[in-house]
Amino acid sequence: MTVLQSKTDIPLMGFVGEVLEALGEAVVEVQQCEPRRGIARIDPTRTVEAARALIAMDGARLATATGIEVRDGIDILYHWAFEPPGAVVTLKVLAARPDLAVDSVAAVLPAANWIEREMHDLLGANFRNHPDMRRLVLDDSWPEGVHPLRKDFDQVLDRPPLPPNQSPPDVVEEGRP
Amino acid sequence: MSHRTVVNIGPFHPLQEEAEFFQLYVEGETVVDVDVRLSYNHRGIEKLDESKTFDQVPFVVERVCGICSASHPLAYIQAVEEIARVEVPERALYLRTIVNELERLHSHLLWVGLAGHFLGYNTVFMWAWKYREPVMEILESATGSRVNYANCKIGGVRRDMTVEQLKEIDRIVGDLNAPLDMLTKAVLDDPVLHARLKKVGVLTPEAVKLYGAVGPTARGSGVPIDVRRDDPYAAYDRVDWQVVTAPGGDVFGKAVVRLLESFEAVKIVQQCCRYLLKNPGGEIDAKVEQIPPGEGVGHVEAPRGETFHYVRSDGSNRPVRHKVRAPSYVNIPTFKASCIGLEIPDVAITLASVDPCYSCTERLCAVADAGTGRRLFGFDELVKRSQEKTRRMRRSV
Amino acid sequence: MALTTWALRKSLWVYHVNTGACNNCDIEVLELLTPRYDIERFGMVLVGSPRHADVLAVTGVCTRQAMPRLQEVYMQTPRPCVVMAVGSCSLAQGIFTEAYHMGSPVDEAIRAVDPNAIILYVPGCPPKPEAMIDAAVKGMEYLKTL
Repeated sequence: MTVLQSKTDIPLMGFVGEVLEALGEAVVEVQQCEPRRGIARIDPTRTVEAARALIAMDGARLATATGIEVRDGIDILYHWAFEPPGAVVTLKVLAARPDLAVDSVAAVLPAANWIEREMHDLLGANFRNHPDMRRLVLDDSWPEGVHPLRKDFDQVLDRPPLPPNQSPPDVVEEGRP
Repeated sequence: MSHRTVVNIGPFHPLQEEAEFFQLYVEGETVVDVDVRLSYNHRGIEKLDESKTFDQVPFVVERVCGICSASHPLAYIQAVEEIARVEVPERALYLRTIVNELERLHSHLLWVGLAGHFLGYNTVFMWAWKYREPVMEILESATGSRVNYANCKIGGVRRDMTVEQLKEIDRIVGDLNAPLDMLTKAVLDDPVLHARLKKVGVLTPEAVKLYGAVGPTARGSGVPIDVRRDDPYAAYDRVDWQVVTAPGGDVFGKAVVRLLESFEAVKIVQQCCRYLLKNPGGEIDAKVEQIPPGEGVGHVEAPRGETFHYVRSDGSNRPVRHKVRAPSYVNIPTFKASCIGLEIPDVAITLASVDPCYSCTERLCAVADAGTGRRLFGFDELVKRSQEKTRRMRRSV
Repeated sequence: MALTTWALRKSLWVYHVNTGACNNCDIEVLELLTPRYDIERFGMVLVGSPRHADVLAVTGVCTRQAMPRLQEVYMQTPRPCVVMAVGSCSLAQGIFTEAYHMGSPVDEAIRAVDPNAIILYVPGCPPKPEAMIDAAVKGMEYLKTL
């Protein structure tokens, strides 16, 4: 896949424009560039590089990340906040089918640790080299491979069987002293 | 080989209301690692929201967390207003600000009370919660409920406040200045509290940035981030107030930030009430009919920090995707940085210092043993140890 | 007054269990301790262990993860005890009934380990503290008849 050189027809202006320009070739497409909001797509092979560049900027922090199942795979949206000037720049990385895998940025960015685990639980996105990929939000009895935020999962009809009930006690204690 | 033991905190204990399972690994009396298991509170709200209409979602997300109950719907609504490019009427902006700041007031007072309990100052607990009551009452009078206000809707607010209500709010928050002063002085002037809280649970500014910590947790480390000033929403850019920070990164700093922010909240509410009294009438709702396709981001400064919502719409009447990120989700992981090296009696207050709102994040924290995995004791024992330490220090000061 | 005689006979020890709640009910349960409502004048006390409890104040929807723990806590509570299901979530999972991470509702989860469990329902989202006190008194009256 070639990396598009031009940033489509959205002019890069203001603070958001500077941020996107600083990411250089990691940005393959710009979808929005407003004074306080930006959306751009990142080359999946350059996610860690982009994360390093962003966290080095003054006032930058990772607010959170959103995973969305789309036709081609799972889109991971990293939402970066910049204070000042109070801008939010969303960078999209596609974890394409069939592997649904992107490089984890959690080693560079502890802020990404939990949210990548959560996206793995709920969507089945795979984060290569995540330092601690354990189950985070789904319960112990939830089966592997069932991802509730996928579009084909019906929240009522597709629920896995409930965890087993605790067995009732043989002797029931009486009263308190 | 040093012997590591596990100290279990949770999942249920009386004064940390949410079910959380903290796992502390200790060697002797010192914490060497922390782990957290979420899931107890996971209710599948993001998926649930995909089956609700845009107007129904605020009622769901109000119940993500009871103490940030005004923040979550507002963040969601702002995200949708960004998609629909709605211009919210000015009166509605002030009304939103009033409710959100009243929530900040009662949330910070709640925290002061809990912190007081953990440290063995039960009178502080009683006073702080007693002074919360007028705030809850005025919220009930103005919005219909002590919590779960349902005051915002896409495009504005649901109901206006009468002249009497505005005057009453102004008076009640004004009356809070004296007790807030008392509580602040109690913290700033007490040498035992200084000894208990200073240099305890330190979070460096570098850790704040790497973990993306927000709210008083970040501001208590001197990092001046506050969504109300950085990316103003509601009426925050129309009233006069200050961002409060404290250097040091310790529990003391976080406590001071919350107390001083409460004074700022009083100022903000009074300015909003007075403005609305001087400028009666006006629209409170830009009637929004249709949400076009698009994506929007909304963030507000909840009492615990930035609440961040992302919404994607495809032009239908339901969101395609709604991401909810509560402030505690980014603040709790900072325990990895702030709890390591703590002595056991200091754990309870350090855990409490980020004001964890487990429902927001649905966390479980379990204490695990590094060596044997043996459970030592629960959270109530940790609180007892914390209270004992305060008593020892009082005797020696 | 009936309330005083009741209070003189027995004090209620309450253990609070959160099975996946938004905190509103939990905070209102804690409100009961504070000077405004002051349940301690009725002898009600929040205790730190289910083994000392007469009343289990349960909040929350009972998520899948919380369900086994709720059942364990119930089993540790000596009988007779009253389970006070506080709030719409613990009555019937509130607005979350359709969500995927729900366990059985609180009353079904408890009846699965004890079909004769005494369950008190306090509706509201959240119920006001006055409603909880009313419920606790009713629970106490019922316990006296056993």
